[in-house]
Amino acid sequence: MAMKAKHQRLILVVAALVAIIGAGLLAASALKDEAAYFYTPNDAKVKGVEPGRAIRLGGMVVKGSLKRESDGVTIRFDVTDGKATVPARFSGIAPDLFREGSGVVAEGAFDRSGLFVATNLLAKHDERYMPRELEGMTYNETTHKVEDK
Amino acid sequence: MIAEAGLAALWLAAALALLQLAFVWFGLTTDKEDLLQSVRPVAVAQGALTLVAFLLLILLFWQSDMSVALVAANSHSMKPLLYKIAGTWGNHEGSMLLWVTVMGAAGMAVALFERALERRAHMATLGAQAAISMGFYAFLLFASNPFARLNPSPPDGQGLNPLLQDPGLAFHPPTLYLGYVGLSVAFSFAVGALLTGQVNAAFAKAMRPWVLGAWVLLTLGITAGSYWAYYELGWGGWWFWDPVENASLMPWLAATALLHSATVLATRDALRAWTVMLAVVAFSMSMVGTFLVRSGILTSVHAFAVDPTRGTFILILLAIYIGGALALFALRVDSVREGAQFDPVSRETMLVLNNLLLVVILGLVLIGTLYPLLTEAMGYKVSVGPPYFDRIVGPIAIILMIVLAAGPLTRWRRDSAAAVGKRVLIPAGVAVIATLVLAVLAWGRIGVLPFLGLVTAAGVAVASIAPLWKRKLLRTPLFTWGMVIAHLGCAVSLAGMAADSAFTVEKLAAAKPGDVIQTAGWTLRFDAITPIAGDNWTALQADMRAERGGRSTAIHPQARFFTTPPTGTTEAALLTRWDGQLYVVLGQEADQGRWQVRVWWKPFVTLIWLGGILIALGGVLALVGRERRGWIAKFRRREAMAA
Repeated sequence: MAMKAKHQRLILVVAALVAIIGAGLLAASALKDEAAYFYTPNDAKVKGVEPGRAIRLGGMVVKGSLKRESDGVTIRFDVTDGKATVPARFSGIAPDLFREGSGVVAEGAFDRSGLFVATNLLAKHDERYMPRELEGMTYNETTHKVEDK
Repeated sequence: MIAEAGLAALWLAAALALLQLAFVWFGLTTDKEDLLQSVRPVAVAQGALTLVAFLLLILLFWQSDMSVALVAANSHSMKPLLYKIAGTWGNHEGSMLLWVTVMGAAGMAVALFERALERRAHMATLGAQAAISMGFYAFLLFASNPFARLNPSPPDGQGLNPLLQDPGLAFHPPTLYLGYVGLSVAFSFAVGALLTGQVNAAFAKAMRPWVLGAWVLLTLGITAGSYWAYYELGWGGWWFWDPVENASLMPWLAATALLHSATVLATRDALRAWTVMLAVVAFSMSMVGTFLVRSGILTSVHAFAVDPTRGTFILILLAIYIGGALALFALRVDSVREGAQFDPVSRETMLVLNNLLLVVILGLVLIGTLYPLLTEAMGYKVSVGPPYFDRIVGPIAIILMIVLAAGPLTRWRRDSAAAVGKRVLIPAGVAVIATLVLAVLAWGRIGVLPFLGLVTAAGVAVASIAPLWKRKLLRTPLFTWGMVIAHLGCAVSLAGMAADSAFTVEKLAAAKPGDVIQTAGWTLRFDAITPIAGDNWTALQADMRAERGGRSTAIHPQARFFTTPPTGTTEAALLTRWDGQLYVVLGQEADQGRWQVRVWWKPFVTLIWLGGILIALGGVLALVGRERRGWIAKFRRREAMAA
């Protein structure tokens, strides 16, 4: 049984609207959970991140904090944003431009002891690239001061 | 002189675009036939001039003419010839010139070869095409002149980002651009049809080859880009939800929806207004994609240009075209007559569902991509990453796949739910068997989404070839084959994605020459580290042998260093077997002569890109199949006239 012409167009319009509104609501609810995906060490301290939750932690690698473990593939370092500092551990191949005093975005999760276990490190890909979350952050190597514009 | 000639050709082409628009405008409003007569020659000349400008820029890069600012900034005399030429479009100005060149050539093709469309609609289409081109000419000439000279000229250039010096990447951006521009042609058709009140099956038939072509190229571009990211970045991942990747995915999603709704319009004369709207959305997504990549608003590997004036310029173009098109749509939608009717259970309804789901995914990706930019503009930084996209796009994509399975098994116009249920019985049975087998073999070891992905892929693969059931294969139309193969490609790709995330085995080790690494049935013998040199790089290369089942193959992962600009890249070693890929990365020197080595065994990962190629192949078959009918008809007409 074919529907009346007007009805069919109306149903299509309503279906489209429902789909778009549904998408918007879904996105909003997911963003509320996930938008807090990027944390600086201070954010993590103030807001608190439950252990095991996948986040991005961004800041500067503290000078003198980078240590290599004897297995040859694990490194430990501290990440700071000038207000708080978080110890981190990473097993894997660090990017070429990952170094002390330089910006890093670490993907991973906190463990129960407050250590950030990174599964992936993003550093500068080339001289012109900086993880976008860190834009405007500078690190003074002698004073260990971090400024965020 | 070459640079000046190129610039002159570009100005001339811009002037012709203005002329083309004026001829169409006055020709249509005053019914002056002689004005309309001149539109096609002008469109052809405009296309030819853009080709000349682009060839001249290639010539400048070939000759390494460092007095041209663009060449000096992006090339180097010591670079291999392929990358000198690829360098032409591996930068902002050159890629925008490529954009207008493709647009000019497409305008030329529409002027020369389009015959099916009603004449006024054809002219209006060419007018719309000229109007879009003009915006991009203005952008090139006022904000990104590729032919600007440098005085004094430097002794040599600065080189091309080494990550981009890769044969695959030399052809990746042009492929995507061709796709974007193809959607601009579809957009022009939609504007032309709206203006002249010709939104009908003939319009859909004229537009469809352009949509299909654009969609095939976008599919190939995304597939190639994904494979490039996979082997070049050395992270073992094949999709990162990077905004630049999303910028190519969004037009693809819109084009996929448009492709299906155009088919409904062409064969059943339904979904008229909806198809026009999708054509507008598809081109808008191309523009948004170009804006994201070209404005420098994203700081990522791909977006190298940082210059706010350009971003604003593209944003204004975007607002004018999309706003104009939406306004036109609102004004003219009343003139679009109601199309043919269909029942709630019918192929049309399935295709509407396909469209709705694709649009929902598109909306979710768009929001996820733009949200961080919006919040940053408001003063705080957020980052939306894979957890957002995977969690919400994944489940909807699986629902879409189920619709994909059932759609081709549903009849046009009117069907019964019971009959459709009967036809999907076997695919559903296969999915159930797959569920049981997987549950027994891997319960608790793999995530929910990969599990659902594998099961759905099995069912969809069977359902997608079901339309061939009991048909004479040689007499099955080519476009039906196209649909079957493209849908099968979706299942194959989904299987690859799910298998990769479900079964990948990773091993990280610090090893010195002489050591043996064992993982996932493979034995990796690390023989030596040797320094080697290429055209414009040096590298440390690990000589290894990978063994499985008594067969040994030499592999050579490298860590490369480029001097101009100074950068390091990892060259992963890939070993492809029928059941997956071994992926080996050489890292940094650890201590005591040990080197970091990262090894992945990725079962059936290659299916991801094989699926992409099948999807594109399906598109090509559909394109040839549909067009061949037109060619045959034309040939017969000509025969009849001759006789």
